[in-house]
Amino acid sequence: MTAKTIYDWTDERLGLSEIAAFARHKTVPVHSQTFWYYWGGISLFLFLVQCFTGVLLLVYYRPGAEAYESVRQITFVMHFGWLIRSAHAWSANLMIFSIMVHMFSVFFMKAYRKPRELGWLSGMALLGIASVFGFSGYLLPMDELSYFATKVGLEIPAAIPFIGAAIANMLRGGPEVGEFTVQRFFALHVVVLPALFLPLLGFHLWLVQKHGNAVPPSEEAKPVAQRKSMPFMPNFLRKDLAMWLISLNILALMASVFPWALGKPADALVPAPAGIHPEWYFMSPFEMLKLLGTVKFLQGEVGEIVGILLFTVGIALWVLIPFYDSSSESGKRGRIAHYFGLVAVILLLATTAIGYWTIR
Amino acid sequence: MTVTVETKLAKVEQPGEVATRRAFLAAAGAAGLCYTAALAYPIYRYLASPQEMALSATAVTEVTLKDAQKLPVASVLMFKFGPSPAMLIHHEDGSWVAFSAVCTHLGCTVQYEPQANRIHCACHGGVYSAATGGNVSGPPPKPLTRFKVAVNETGVEVSRA
Repeated sequence: MTAKTIYDWTDERLGLSEIAAFARHKTVPVHSQTFWYYWGGISLFLFLVQCFTGVLLLVYYRPGAEAYESVRQITFVMHFGWLIRSAHAWSANLMIFSIMVHMFSVFFMKAYRKPRELGWLSGMALLGIASVFGFSGYLLPMDELSYFATKVGLEIPAAIPFIGAAIANMLRGGPEVGEFTVQRFFALHVVVLPALFLPLLGFHLWLVQKHGNAVPPSEEAKPVAQRKSMPFMPNFLRKDLAMWLISLNILALMASVFPWALGKPADALVPAPAGIHPEWYFMSPFEMLKLLGTVKFLQGEVGEIVGILLFTVGIALWVLIPFYDSSSESGKRGRIAHYFGLVAVILLLATTAIGYWTIR
Repeated sequence: MTVTVETKLAKVEQPGEVATRRAFLAAAGAAGLCYTAALAYPIYRYLASPQEMALSATAVTEVTLKDAQKLPVASVLMFKFGPSPAMLIHHEDGSWVAFSAVCTHLGCTVQYEPQANRIHCACHGGVYSAATGGNVSGPPPKPLTRFKVAVNETGVEVSRA
């Protein structure tokens, strides 16, 4: 009786029954590719893990000159600090991975076509912000790996003609990576990026509710009567939550069995350690730049500029694909887009593999 | 005009079915509790780490203040006894006393005032005797905790009374 009164009171003011009705009628298509629908949800779950573990790390982390010491304290002094830090680092990597799976599944299902162009664009922006999250978070422990990764990473904007040096100095807070760099990367990592990411994520999720799941072209070809679907509540939600639980288990396993290491403190006078290499999600562009540098006419600065130019064009084509391949009839453009996707996947995998193969 | 009537067949549950559902819910609940505990325990210990460190600091029973025997008369030396502030006072008559410097009212750090020969808390005007640490006036409900003091040539040893 009281529960009903409270519900009615809230419902009158917030319109809960409309939301409930929407949720009851929401369905998710069922076909051979349904598995890929879970990856957006998995990415969201891992992002929530990031928020949660991030706040916990914030309790003891101190940016600036004490950054390394505070991470050492978190890792070796505070109870279970190693686990929380390890979960944050592992979840970051798993999140980038699941966002990529999500992106490629959307690409090959052609889920970016009308009316879902903005979903694709906001998703690409979210991936972009996520990689800046990764890059800035990597510096925060201020160990030797983070030091050199940041130094090398900032060489990429520095190679932009004319304005590059100014951009790199602005990001670094001076000509060298140091305590000012950690301080501003920290501000970026915990304030600026979340402030950009969260509203964009809200927009992205709202669009998914608005348009529902896209079906791949093979399903679209079938008459509506032959397509199958399942109710979102509770069938899909139950499976979605099961995926979250599996993700949590994998994360817990990775974080505790392979705890994230903390290297020696960053020291500009100590040479870079042998075998140093970028995180796996930056390996491919790193290797492509390296390979371009071996081409005879592209050695030195010219190669860097050409490399950045090629990346920019490639990424721009990738981002703008909904406007090129917009028609739902699978014509020539649809096929070209498909091959473009395949080339991108093969290039990404191949250069990553070569990158790991040639670590010295 | 079409009217949709929702029909719901009354489903008669077999006794066995009820038992399995109940067993399933119990198992799911237990698993949920295990997960919650497995997540909550490390997080609690992580957040409680400083408390535990402070707790081991309160186990301190004696503090040696090096060269404190040189403290001039009518002056105070503030120091930490374990995790909390404490004060060593060298009186005009040459006597030494040490108290906890935490006001017994609401926990502000108190101040020794040699000209008035009293210990004063600026937060709410509490006053303690500089000789005994007794609460003289204002809101403090209890005297300041007094420590034992032993002075020698190299320093001053303060210990729990």
